[in-house]
Amino acid sequence: MPITYTSGEQVEVYRFSIPVTIGIPLLALFVQAFLPLRFPRFAVYFDLPLLVTIFFAMARRSPVAGLFTGAVIGLAQDMLGHNPIGIYGIAKTVVGYGASSLGVKLDVENAGARLLVTLGFYLVHSAVYFTVAHGLVNMTQSWSWPRGILAGLANAFLGVALFFLLDKFKQRT
Amino acid sequence: MESVIGRYRNLVILVGVLFLQVLGLAMQVKRAGNDAENTRLIRIWTVGAITPFERALVWAQNSSGNLWHNYFYLRGVRAENRQLKDQIEHLRLDQVRLSEDAAQARRLQTLLAFKEQFISRTVAAQVIGSSGSDLSRIVYIDKGENAGIKRDMAVMTSDGIVGKVLLVYPSVSQVLLISDQSSGVGALLEKTRLQGVLRGTANGEVVLERVMSDEQVPLGEIVLTSGGDQIFPKGLPVGTVINVGSGKDLFLNIKIKPAANLSKLEEVLVLVEKQERQATADESVRVRAADILAQRLPSVPDKPAAEATPAAGAAKDAAKPNSTNTVAKPAGAAITAAPLATKNPSSTSNVPSAPAAGQSGKPADRTSTPQRNAGPAGATGTAPKPDASQTKPASPPPKSAKPPAPSDNPLPPSGESSPQ
Repeated sequence: MPITYTSGEQVEVYRFSIPVTIGIPLLALFVQAFLPLRFPRFAVYFDLPLLVTIFFAMARRSPVAGLFTGAVIGLAQDMLGHNPIGIYGIAKTVVGYGASSLGVKLDVENAGARLLVTLGFYLVHSAVYFTVAHGLVNMTQSWSWPRGILAGLANAFLGVALFFLLDKFKQRT
Repeated sequence: MESVIGRYRNLVILVGVLFLQVLGLAMQVKRAGNDAENTRLIRIWTVGAITPFERALVWAQNSSGNLWHNYFYLRGVRAENRQLKDQIEHLRLDQVRLSEDAAQARRLQTLLAFKEQFISRTVAAQVIGSSGSDLSRIVYIDKGENAGIKRDMAVMTSDGIVGKVLLVYPSVSQVLLISDQSSGVGALLEKTRLQGVLRGTANGEVVLERVMSDEQVPLGEIVLTSGGDQIFPKGLPVGTVINVGSGKDLFLNIKIKPAANLSKLEEVLVLVEKQERQATADESVRVRAADILAQRLPSVPDKPAAEATPAAGAAKDAAKPNSTNTVAKPAGAAITAAPLATKNPSSTSNVPSAPAAGQSGKPADRTSTPQRNAGPAGATGTAPKPDASQTKPASPPPKSAKPPAPSDNPLPPSGESSPQ
């Protein structure tokens, strides 16, 4: 019997309607692509598709669903850029898998847990992206801890607010 | 075996999905060079899903902005209009001064059988989106194949170059900015004429590479395109030098501040047609600084109609709006390939006439902007003040003044007005 930090009664698995499943990630991609035109630093610090990936993965609590959600959102994000397709795909696949696996074991419904989980997964995402871009694609990248932590915190606070908003679309199974 | 796979099913699926993506990446990296073109069909799905919304939002924003700024918020417009008119006068004088240098350069180029590149047609486009990532510095514009845009066309603003077209879809295009680390532009320094390669860095800065470390590069020097990349014509503004440091391998690391504001792009021009012509020195058209100065002098006071002489009456016809004697306003953004000014053979007023906007043969959003645009200038020294009573006011009166009736604007008889 697996050891978990939540009892069977506490773990709730949610599902989402098809319009929400397709629409929210598309909206996140749209906002992510549009806002940098008005706020140039937005793309440096925020990653809305990552927040949506973490939310869906944690809510569904299914590692397979989580990794496929991450892969699809990541690949779509890759397609908007000009770099080889798959860098964001790989990073978000790992995050999706990790977030849903963690969602099974931990109660991630409260704001504090969400803040820490989002901060952690932002750093994981950045590390995987850096490794793939640097090691596989030979892109010149520079890793900066202060910038990573700052961006992670910014995403974590935005994530907490966004997750409470997205909670409205949850449907109990 | 089955039980092992079943037990670690999630992990096996994760490894499988990651392996497929790594395989896909490896294939794309192997085909490096025109990678974006190879994956165009895959990318079009996402681009097709996102860009219609971006286009609609930009349209809505612009419409509401235009409504406010063009119909309601007109504070200070008159003062700005006056300032702009003054600025036009100054610029016209500068243009005449510079045209002499240009004419001299063209004469020398003719002697050397030098070929020039002209920008003959551009398409104006609106920036509607970005990649959403600071690691892929691209923007999307709302014009594509349907507007005649092709891959590797140069993109610029009135301030300077922006980038080049990377991918073209039917109604949108992807533009790679000069600040992206995969971009490269041939550039040269304006005064020292040192050539280098302009590249973007991982953190979005623009640097000029391949300039030897024993060269002196002053701060603030202007950087222009060199034309060596076969994408940007020579002489377009790129930016200014803001920092010079030592780089690797005996080269300098020169940081450039781009002339165009790459982080706040709204409208851009795509260079869809270039022409290469033999340089010719055209001596037939002349415009002098004195002519321009004469235009700024006060006009002749209105005379009663009864006192008008037959000669003046003949000149009245010439003063009608469509007459060749009238000075056409500069063609706004459309700088035409035709000479700036010509002497009117049928009139002696010596008022230079610029071609009208319509004569450029291009619609307003397809601006024709040749590198040179003025005929050779005559003497540009200080001209004696011409007799104001014999000089026709060349510029149309300002809007605030009462517009004169055609019959109230007599021109001097032939041979009377020749300010030198």
